Amino acid sequence: MSGTFVGMPSFPEAAHAAVGNKTLRGNLRHATHTIRAKRAKAVAELSDWAQLREAGRQIKDHTLRHLDRYLMQLEEAVTAAGGTVHWAADADEANRIVTGLVKATGESEVVKVKSMATQEIGLNEALEAEGIRAYETDLAELIVQLGKDRPSHILVPAIHRNRGEIRDIFRSEMGEWGRPAPDGLTDTPAELAEAARLHLREKFLRAKVGISGANFMVAETGTLVVVESEGNGRMCLTLPETLISVVGIEKIVPTWRDLEVFLQTLPRSSTAERMNPYTSMWTGTTDAETADGPRAFHLVLLDNGRTDTLSDQVGRQALRCIRCSACLNVCPVYERAGGHAYGSVYPGPIGAILSPQLRGTESEIDASLPYASSLCGACYEVCPVAIDIPEVLVHLRERVVEGGTVTRAGNKVVLKPAKGHAAERAAMRAARWAFGHPGALRSGQRLASRSRRFLPRTLPGPGRAWSASRELPAVPAEPFRDWWQRTHGGQEAR
Amino acid sequence: MSSRDLVLGRVRRALADTGRDETPYEQAMSRAYLRRHGDRTVEETVDLLAENLADYRAIVHRSDTEHLPALLARLLTARGAHRVAVPQGLPPGWLSGVEQVPDRAESTPYELDGVDSVVTGCAVAIAETGTIVLDGSPDQGRRRITLVPDHHICVVRVPGQVVSSVPEALERLDPARPLTWISGPSATSDIELDRVEGVHGPRTLEVVLVSEE
Repeated sequence: MSGTFVGMPSFPEAAHAAVGNKTLRGNLRHATHTIRAKRAKAVAELSDWAQLREAGRQIKDHTLRHLDRYLMQLEEAVTAAGGTVHWAADADEANRIVTGLVKATGESEVVKVKSMATQEIGLNEALEAEGIRAYETDLAELIVQLGKDRPSHILVPAIHRNRGEIRDIFRSEMGEWGRPAPDGLTDTPAELAEAARLHLREKFLRAKVGISGANFMVAETGTLVVVESEGNGRMCLTLPETLISVVGIEKIVPTWRDLEVFLQTLPRSSTAERMNPYTSMWTGTTDAETADGPRAFHLVLLDNGRTDTLSDQVGRQALRCIRCSACLNVCPVYERAGGHAYGSVYPGPIGAILSPQLRGTESEIDASLPYASSLCGACYEVCPVAIDIPEVLVHLRERVVEGGTVTRAGNKVVLKPAKGHAAERAAMRAARWAFGHPGALRSGQRLASRSRRFLPRTLPGPGRAWSASRELPAVPAEPFRDWWQRTHGGQEAR
Repeated sequence: MSSRDLVLGRVRRALADTGRDETPYEQAMSRAYLRRHGDRTVEETVDLLAENLADYRAIVHRSDTEHLPALLARLLTARGAHRVAVPQGLPPGWLSGVEQVPDRAESTPYELDGVDSVVTGCAVAIAETGTIVLDGSPDQGRRRITLVPDHHICVVRVPGQVVSSVPEALERLDPARPLTWISGPSATSDIELDRVEGVHGPRTLEVVLVSEE
């Protein structure tokens, strides 16, 4: 993948370009509306959805609260089952570990299961730099990789592409990477899926190294779980001799039984299915007699900003996320701006609270992400682990404007207030002063009422950006406080 | 300092504001959700399994022990299958008249790619979700034999192997075994979020519900 997120413009800038793209808006509208209705139906089938959601929240919160304990328990269980556990404090370290492991096998290509964690750390680029070719095998990831594009959705990274565009990419690019697209390929989804099947099969059959992430890791048993649809996951998890899984440390659940919650809530929330077509569960490696699947298994536990996020009392709930993408599909901002505008592998509402916490709010894009929302709350409603995304957004806005103490790479640092918000801070200071001085407030309100016909429809100076997309409230003929006094609280006639 | 100690140290510092909760785990969790959804008779549970399997485009057949071999032979003939992958512990007598390719540790993915079909048993089947689960037992074999061939026939013993719900299935399964949960044939929603059957796994999944005496 040649796309990169470095040096992204701020969200409003990127979104402004995106909303002008009619094809993109049409594709997104079609896809998100299709899945919205289906999800609602799949969720309505379970009368105990609220209880499942609450249990999911509790399990994840409990795990995070005792994360050190469960990480050690997991490490012990995976090791006992024949796996090797590695720890990576950041993206560079994770990439170094994986590159080293692949090189040790002597192989120069790997097959990959769709994984947010490896996208986040830029693993494909790191492997490429060392002469190792990584083949994405999820259909949407393949579309993104062949199109030299960037992912725009957690579950369906190529959601911004319609079937015609996908056919064109397959026709022009598949030959570069291996088996070309069949002659006369049309844009019917079944034919496109068949083309992907043919293109990838030779890669699966010869693959010696597979790389994956995981949806869940069970601390008590050392079991990893990958939930998928196409079978590309099963191919990568079972056919190669070596399997390397890169997983964020927050993906742990304490017990085997806990899966009964998430295996009910995840498929219905993400693809609106009672159950996704394939789920693979494995615990370390199998013995020589069973000889089922890879002989070597490596688990790379990834921090990369997760412990920094964990140190924020409000923001840490973002780590409950199970990456279902329901919040993207219902978000009015995502639907119009598309995933690329978020400048991260995590787009949409969850991305707007996750990226600024994992990466910090120093860059322009990350400082703007907490504002990429109308705070309508639809994301919170559909979240299967009840992450209060609006609460975290407001909390992060405060951090951007006010600055304060945060944790970066494990160290406490003090952030300065962001520059761009000087006018906002000045306005708030003025408001605080006015509300503390009733006389001045009264005079100001009366002056505003008397001169209301002459007030501009837009704000001047730094306020112009704010009023460009909003109606200024109409100033009443008489201030409320005057009216209240004159009519004795509305008891007397007007 | 090792990265392990570094990360664990960061976790502990990040949690400095929270106290430890020493309540035993299961007591600390509220599991107010249902163990199964709705009360059904055994027959109704099996019917629901058949209905949900079919809803996700699995082809469902019903049979009994006596007629199973004939049904399997008919399905394989209809498919035009000549070479059939077979787990080591598949009950003898289920298959006849086809070339059987035994599941062996040393066989390569390329060999399996030349196989037309695979016939297996299963560990458990979940009615509410239309799911069959394989756990690598002798009648199911290694994971790859149900993956590379394009046609999978899975035999479910009813009602013994059927449970209502996901929680009931997990209770029956052993996490130490490699597990594969299968709900319909391979599919994708990656093109315009619309489900299309048939990508890398078997594109045809046939499930035979066999009544036990």
